[in-house]
Amino acid sequence: MIDKQVKNIAAAVAGIKDGSTLLFAGFGSVGEPVELIQGVLETGARDLTVVCNNSGTGEVGLAKLIKERRVRKLICSFPRTSDSHCFEEAFAEKAIELELVPQGTMSERMRAAGAGIAGFYTKTSAGTKLAEGKETRVFDGKTYVLEKPLKGDFALVKALKADRWGNLVYRKSARNFNPVMAMAADVTVVQVKEVVPLGALDPEIIVTPSIFVDRIVEVGT
Amino acid sequence: MNQLSRRQIAWRAAQDIDNGAYVNLGIGLPTLVSDFIPKDREVVLHSENGILGMGPAPKKGEEDPDLINAGKGLTTLLPGGAYFHHNDAFLMIRGGHLDLALLGAYEVSEKGDLANWTVEDPSTPPGVGGAMDLAAGAREIRVILEHNTKEGAPRIRKQCQYPLTAPSVVKRIYTNLAVIDVTPDGLVAR
Repeated sequence: MIDKQVKNIAAAVAGIKDGSTLLFAGFGSVGEPVELIQGVLETGARDLTVVCNNSGTGEVGLAKLIKERRVRKLICSFPRTSDSHCFEEAFAEKAIELELVPQGTMSERMRAAGAGIAGFYTKTSAGTKLAEGKETRVFDGKTYVLEKPLKGDFALVKALKADRWGNLVYRKSARNFNPVMAMAADVTVVQVKEVVPLGALDPEIIVTPSIFVDRIVEVGT
Repeated sequence: MNQLSRRQIAWRAAQDIDNGAYVNLGIGLPTLVSDFIPKDREVVLHSENGILGMGPAPKKGEEDPDLINAGKGLTTLLPGGAYFHHNDAFLMIRGGHLDLALLGAYEVSEKGDLANWTVEDPSTPPGVGGAMDLAAGAREIRVILEHNTKEGAPRIRKQCQYPLTAPSVVKRIYTNLAVIDVTPDGLVAR
């Protein structure tokens, strides 16, 4: 029998260690796997590379990881938000490396990692500072920039419901980066509000099929 | 000189949006445009975080914390609207499926170069978000901005001083003083 559900957060984040590359889903705090990120804090892991659209808010979750100087590098599209002072302090002290990536390029680089694509050309960032040092190529008179895949050791994902195989459905705009990150890591860990019986999710509306999911933990929110 | 208020600039830009258009409104001033789309037109608003058919801000008591816009403010979904994941949201942008993106800007050049992602202040981290994807991918780019900075310096320039978001993409500029088209022969006030 397949049962990907684990007992608790500690079991869900087991294996995350110093130097791991972690994909944190969410757009701001919506769709953010808050309990799993809290679990990463409790592992004590350091020297992390984190891929996340934003840089955390307040002094919880990713913001706290950064405050404790455990994130070596952040790969991110929009680090400056309404309450991102932990990141801003670390950035001003040069205590964190920032790789700024256009949001669609970040998403597509993870899709490429999940799809076995070694690189792709995009018009986004052509002719800008963010393309400096990158290979470019002209197709049909337009300049494109070569981008490489972006893969995680672990993806931390939040969904609304899962079954024991790991099929997932999401809620409204909390879907955001969750499905693409679920495809792009060696180990995909999902926190869900509710685990439902196998067969209870309508196969026509499953967004993330179970093949992408390794561990599920029920958190009730 | 008579000047338009921010809401009046937004009203002016809204008058040029076609019926049936799929449109992304940038954060800040462009977001106001949704309040002024003429009643006889149906326009589908796209949000980079996975929404088509985005509606107005929710009424009191109808807020849903899982339903936000690109500026991370609470929003709503109209009948006919849909949710999808980030990769599809950006496929729509990058693949040329959006008819129009109306964006804010720090500066625009006479060639239509757009600068709206960093002012290169070393004490604050830059943020690009979806700006470069929209600038390179939407079928048409229009910009809404104040004509001059608070210090009185022009924002529409021969060359942008700030790093570009994309070269030669802006087709029309709305300011508190004028509507300006970027043409092969230069800037033309409408």
